[in-house]
Amino acid sequence: MGKHIGKSVKRVEDPRFIQGQGKYVANINLPNMAHVAVLRSPHAHAKINSINTDAAKAMDGVIDVFVGQDLIDGGVGKMPVIWQVPDNKIPDRWPLVPDKVRHVGDSVAAVVAEDPYIARDALDMIEVDYEVLEATTGAKATTEDGKPLVHDEIENNISFKWGLGDREACDKAFEEADHVVKLDLINQRLIANAMEPRACAAQWTAATENMTVWTTSQNPHIIRFGLSAVTLPMLDEHKLQVISPDVGGGFGSKIFHYPEEVIIPWIAKEINRPCKWVATRSESFMTDSQGRDHVQNCKMALTSDGIITGLYVELHADMGAYLSSIAPLIPTVICITLFSGLYKFPGIWGETTGTLTNTVPVDAYRGAGRPEASYLVERLVDVAAQELKMDPIEIRRKNFIGKDEFPYQTPVAFLYDSGDYHAMFDKLEENADYKGMRDAQAKAKQDGRLVGIGVSGSVEASGYGPAATVGALGFYGGMWEHGGIRVHPTGKVTAFTGSHSHGQGHETTMAQIVADKLGIEVADVDVVHGDTDLVTQGMGTYGSRSAAVGGEALSNAAKSIREKLVTLAAHLMEVSEDDLVYDDESGSVQVKGVPDKSKAFGELAFAAYSGHSLPEGMDPGLETAAYYNPGNFTFPSSAHLVQVEVDKDTGEIEIQKYVAVEDCGNVINPMVVEGQILGGIVQGVGQALYEHGIYDEDGQLVTGSMLDYTMPRADNFPMIESDRIETPSPSNSLGVKGVGEMGSITSPPAVVNAVVDALSDYGVKHIDMPLTSEKIWNLIQTNGG
Amino acid sequence: MTHTISMKVNGKTCTGDVEARTLLVDFLRDHLNLTGTNIGCDTSQCGSCTIMMDGCAVKSCTALAVQADGSAITTIEGLANNGELHPLQQAFWDEHGLQCGYCTPGMIMASVGLLDQNPDPSESEIRHCLEGNICRCTGYQNIVKAVQSASQSMEGGA
Repeated sequence: MGKHIGKSVKRVEDPRFIQGQGKYVANINLPNMAHVAVLRSPHAHAKINSINTDAAKAMDGVIDVFVGQDLIDGGVGKMPVIWQVPDNKIPDRWPLVPDKVRHVGDSVAAVVAEDPYIARDALDMIEVDYEVLEATTGAKATTEDGKPLVHDEIENNISFKWGLGDREACDKAFEEADHVVKLDLINQRLIANAMEPRACAAQWTAATENMTVWTTSQNPHIIRFGLSAVTLPMLDEHKLQVISPDVGGGFGSKIFHYPEEVIIPWIAKEINRPCKWVATRSESFMTDSQGRDHVQNCKMALTSDGIITGLYVELHADMGAYLSSIAPLIPTVICITLFSGLYKFPGIWGETTGTLTNTVPVDAYRGAGRPEASYLVERLVDVAAQELKMDPIEIRRKNFIGKDEFPYQTPVAFLYDSGDYHAMFDKLEENADYKGMRDAQAKAKQDGRLVGIGVSGSVEASGYGPAATVGALGFYGGMWEHGGIRVHPTGKVTAFTGSHSHGQGHETTMAQIVADKLGIEVADVDVVHGDTDLVTQGMGTYGSRSAAVGGEALSNAAKSIREKLVTLAAHLMEVSEDDLVYDDESGSVQVKGVPDKSKAFGELAFAAYSGHSLPEGMDPGLETAAYYNPGNFTFPSSAHLVQVEVDKDTGEIEIQKYVAVEDCGNVINPMVVEGQILGGIVQGVGQALYEHGIYDEDGQLVTGSMLDYTMPRADNFPMIESDRIETPSPSNSLGVKGVGEMGSITSPPAVVNAVVDALSDYGVKHIDMPLTSEKIWNLIQTNGG
Repeated sequence: MTHTISMKVNGKTCTGDVEARTLLVDFLRDHLNLTGTNIGCDTSQCGSCTIMMDGCAVKSCTALAVQADGSAITTIEGLANNGELHPLQQAFWDEHGLQCGYCTPGMIMASVGLLDQNPDPSESEIRHCLEGNICRCTGYQNIVKAVQSASQSMEGGA
């Protein structure tokens, strides 16, 4: 380990953000730029009989108006689904729908005008003759006989079924169980709401047939591939530049290939002018792929002394009106594989039915399948503790995988790499003063106060992932990562990563890795990401993969640079390479035991570029590129303890104490890691207490604004106490595990467990999220408050 | 029909011809090219577009440009003084009070408004003041710490 990894280096990207110099897509203004607005369906399900665009086209300032058939005639392809499960039925999805709308917000027409205000005015002048059809909603209800079909060819609105586990062992566990806990859970629909709405701009250079697309994406290379291979096949990949500059948050919702990424460049080419589209927040609510939305019917088998022996889950996942880019992955592969949780038990079986409804498509959202898995496991364990009259931490400890049992093969495919769950909970109990909390709770209950304590622990699979594994599981791409290092003749360094930062701080943490491995200063490394012309290839950022996969690629690239520098130094100093040592502190190459005899990093860089004296066979220059394909996922874990108090009169829940311990292996930048954890916890508490994307039975989105869709605010929280243990991952040389999603995975069950604990005297066993004050107040009234 | 308006933005007099419906944030971003003020929701719910107008923190997506005629406006671009960061900018950087940076200009400007009114706010006053500004990344904790830290450094400097 060198001098930068493990330090809380202040973020190098911050000066531009705190001074208003962020380079977001909406800020791009090019000469002669035209502005696009998209007409959205007000209906959840309707046939389009006709569209009359004459009045809109006749408006001053309107350049043109396009409908779905124009784009189809113009050669666009259907939106692809790039992660599939066996036998899934994939409905057609066109960038602009030609014949039928299937959710509120479906794209119907696009106006291009001289001014964004005029473009929006013109939307009101488009006449669409809709024949409104009955809509279908509800993950499970949509499969009932007689429900309208979202796509005529897909029977019972079932796109796929997928199961995993040892069914025999599971059945046996339930046959032999002393105790069975049953829970029917709803993991409600969430809306990501990154603060920056999606946007897309495009510039076509007709003379050379080059296209540049700026888009708010977490993975610009994948978008480039999708555009040139599928949706805009008239564009050649090598002449298509996709840039995702500063992106204002993603949380998964900016992974996917969206219709506007097809519509805007297609129009730019068609009218031969640069074009830009920026979503309004209303459009974000109606068109950004959403998250979760499961109905989970679960049962857990245990012995009378609290040993878990089996878990059986039937899961219905609402996929919305179409399958978004990687949607089939989320409630299947990435979810059921975590049904083992922190625990060692043999009999797991989970089966998912992916269904279609007249709602916005559902895909990955922070945690993506893993919060849905963790929630059901941690709720079941908690109810088991309640029913068996055990302490919730005690029952968990009885079932933990021991620290000496890693690598641990679960019955649901994964090989957990490392962890120490007892040590993690030791620290949690100590930091929170768990015993003291319980004593205080008993006292508060005597005083008639509704104080509850909730605990949860999770493990997740991060660092997606080995290429062959993800390929076998249904992904069309790789999930390796690319890292490039260019040392300039002065010794300054540009590092290129195929990961993408949209808040995670890669410009700092990746620079720390490179500077650490080369023994130079962080300030001497500039990190470039998010531009397909500058970064050779990349898979982007999601699944908490950037450090474990992207960081490792850069670390490997740095190793090649070091090797070349040592060979060059040996040649210049006329000594054997074996007599030299690379100094991690200074980046110089020294004769072993004689630090005065050395070649400085900059000196060697210049020598590499001057080329005046190079060893035989060595090319000039000092630049390298590495592809890194991980050998396994990484398995971070975390433990949370929450104390809440419920107001009997109003049903309001106050979070009084929140303590978290995470294990994400070795840490590159503790400050950045803590920031990820805090943000994740608050986002997860948002799911537990506030957030819910609600559709009525007509498929209208009831929560279509930030007033109706309640996100966590600054005054909802006390200071959260966050701490760590470190069990390095053996899956990569940095020893790192993912951290971006842990907070949002572990916090929802912790909070629900706490509130159920507070209300246990009312005989409450379970309450579905979000735990709104209305819901709690009604429950207290009904149960004799 | 357009209206000619004039206002002092970051100490400089700026004039422009706008429609009556032109939002102040669009005037700042599209006419004056001050793109540091971000639009998060268009409806005054998220606070990303907060600026200072005549000494008050204002959500510029819900003010018309013509309403700002004759006013003095400070945006995030005008907060640093001769290249020296405002204590709140410095504190947001020091305390890791931002991640994606999108809500940051509005969050900093709302905090400027708070510390103008209340130079030594309690944690709960800070949290209450910022409840009209949504951040999806940080969980607010480090933003609160940044405002506390700036409050201390500004008091120390006074």
